[in-house]
Amino acid sequence: MKKSLFFGTLTAAGMVAGFAAAGTLEDVVARGELNCGVNTGLVGFAAPDANGNWSGFDVAICKAVAAAVLGDPNKVKYVPTSGQTRFTALASSEIDVLARNSTWTFTRDVDLKLDFVGVNYYDGQGFMVPKALGVSSAKELDGATICIQTGTTTELNLADFFKANNMTYSPIAIDSNAEGEQQYLAGACDAYTTDASGLAATRAAFATPSDHIILPEIISKEPLGPLVRHGDNQWGDIVRWTLNALIAAEEYGITSANLEELSKGSSNPEIDRLLGTSGDLGPMFGLDNLWAKRAIAASGNYGEIFAATIGESTPIGLARGLNAQWTQGGLLYTPPFR
Amino acid sequence: MAIATEPPKQGFRLSQLLYDTRYRSMTIQVVVMMMFMAFAAWLVDNTITNLAARGKDFNFGFLSVRSGYDIGQRLIAYDSDSTHARAMLVGLLNTLLVSFLGCLLAVAVGVTVGILRLSKNWLVARLMTIYVEVFRNVPVLLWILIFLAVLTEAAPLPNAFKEGGSASMLLFDSIAVTNRYTAVPDPLFSRSLGNIDIGIFLISSDLMALIAVVVAGWYARRLVLRRATAVQNATGERPVTWWKSVALLTLPAVLTLWALGFHLGYPSLQGFNFTGGINVSNAFMALWLALSLYTGAFIAEIVRAGVMAISNGQTEAAYALGLRPGRTMNLVILPQALRVIIPPLISQFLNLTKNSSLAIATGYLDLRGTLGGITLNQTGRELESVLLMMLIYLVLSLMISGVMNIYNASVKLKER
Repeated sequence: MKKSLFFGTLTAAGMVAGFAAAGTLEDVVARGELNCGVNTGLVGFAAPDANGNWSGFDVAICKAVAAAVLGDPNKVKYVPTSGQTRFTALASSEIDVLARNSTWTFTRDVDLKLDFVGVNYYDGQGFMVPKALGVSSAKELDGATICIQTGTTTELNLADFFKANNMTYSPIAIDSNAEGEQQYLAGACDAYTTDASGLAATRAAFATPSDHIILPEIISKEPLGPLVRHGDNQWGDIVRWTLNALIAAEEYGITSANLEELSKGSSNPEIDRLLGTSGDLGPMFGLDNLWAKRAIAASGNYGEIFAATIGESTPIGLARGLNAQWTQGGLLYTPPFR
Repeated sequence: MAIATEPPKQGFRLSQLLYDTRYRSMTIQVVVMMMFMAFAAWLVDNTITNLAARGKDFNFGFLSVRSGYDIGQRLIAYDSDSTHARAMLVGLLNTLLVSFLGCLLAVAVGVTVGILRLSKNWLVARLMTIYVEVFRNVPVLLWILIFLAVLTEAAPLPNAFKEGGSASMLLFDSIAVTNRYTAVPDPLFSRSLGNIDIGIFLISSDLMALIAVVVAGWYARRLVLRRATAVQNATGERPVTWWKSVALLTLPAVLTLWALGFHLGYPSLQGFNFTGGINVSNAFMALWLALSLYTGAFIAEIVRAGVMAISNGQTEAAYALGLRPGRTMNLVILPQALRVIIPPLISQFLNLTKNSSLAIATGYLDLRGTLGGITLNQTGRELESVLLMMLIYLVLSLMISGVMNIYNASVKLKER
């Protein structure tokens, strides 16, 4: 009796664990809310405003996925994650998708059992120093004290860069961007290193951004993108193609301004398939045919999101660079919607 | 006609397990044991099921892989080409360092404050009360952050020590307190004995020689004192021993240092930072001071309680015998108070060691920062890292406890 009860409990626990691993789409629809892991606060990428509303480049991905799946871009619960907690949060199903300036690497993809669904920002690691330090190149940083976010790829790149250039440094491990900002401004470190986009975003939040420069060296490749748990391919496809839809929309000239007009039908069959006017792409992964239209309507196409959050007209002032469409000499290239 | 005289023989009934006091305690123990084992089995099974569901395995192979990250403060040779296991060792030594120095300072502070709190001087006693109450009633994490913030924000930048800068070094240009670290002179030996390679790391022979000489001096002093006591017991006159004690404790060390060619390497500002000395990071200083002062407040109370537990009659009796207050404290009160003080002191040492894992708040890379922080993150081996870390802290605590129990056995009241 006791034994059977015990095994019954075991089986039930096992089944609960089994169910939790599959069917993220069903979970999200049943919950009516998307749990999206974001940065604890990086202006331009993911940061809450005074009223607690999140906005930013990574947040726009969360909104687009929520719009595609749930029909409402605001049905997102933002879960702030640190460099240390983000992958555990995703692996333990605390969040459905992680959009937090995370670098796509082999071990994360393969060994951590996560799936990167694409790249939303091609980045590289850089250094920021106060102008007063009189340094103009990262090669002059021999012996410097450097603040670094722990649990990130930047930690490893930094070690490699200094080793390769036969230089020494003393690392100061910090846990979040806010802490790094505080330590850097207090002068506890000579230089602050993270992804160049992160440096630009951090500098934009300083009282006097012009007192600090970002050194020209980019010491690594940091393809940043959203990721999901490995094993649920349907959910992975949804997030992947939502990101692709945003990029494709820019390529085909679909903007929030002309979205309604184009969705009535256009001369381009690819636009028609994307916006659900023809074909049945949506039902193939368990959504309706208007998923991409809603995703684009959430905050516009990739270019609009970029311009509104981190582009040249914002305080962060990042140029498109590698993140331009392939037609413009950039790396953004989405597979066809067919 | 035979009458059955023997009592009715009743077989064992199941209900006896519950209602018969001979069996009941056994029943309860068996049930509790079964529940405990079921719970443990459920935990293990749940872990295995969930690991399988995520497609993860359980192995410690990651420990032999190149770590790839650097550690700012380290006691043994380490760079980014070393393995994760070595990074763990560096972290463990950092934990041991801050725990050991923390325990020393905490005891020094605690004993001083605990005795001063009993002072008849009103101001001193009240000041000590304020210290104890303020430190032990604010979470230690806040103290760590406060110390770190003060050191980071209040101390000058290293480059303020440049010629014509606003800051200057202390103690004949030997110590520089900056907002990153405190640069102190480095002990150097011009006739060094070299290092002993024990396979995992190097041990300085100079340090070993110094320790051996000091221990030998200490032992010699004990012999002298024992002889003095023997003379005193025989003749009633205690020979003067203080100068012998001082000589035995200091001369060997001084002579050894001279023989090894001891000198100090002074820190100087080169480029961004001080070099040539030892840079003790602010993270370490903040952690060490906060842990010591926090735990010291508890130890002060333990010491005070121990002293107050000794009846006042003992003091009066000692005075009546003509002992001066200092000797009364050392010869009568403290030996008795120690047996009250030691057991709670052990748990304070354990607390301090475990609290040192709060180093994560300062960026001081201890065991929690290396194995449980960066290694865990970079390899994604959460379960293995955390289990290993728990095991290490457990062994560490048991060792401290074991050593202190031996000491306790030696000072406790000998009963026959």
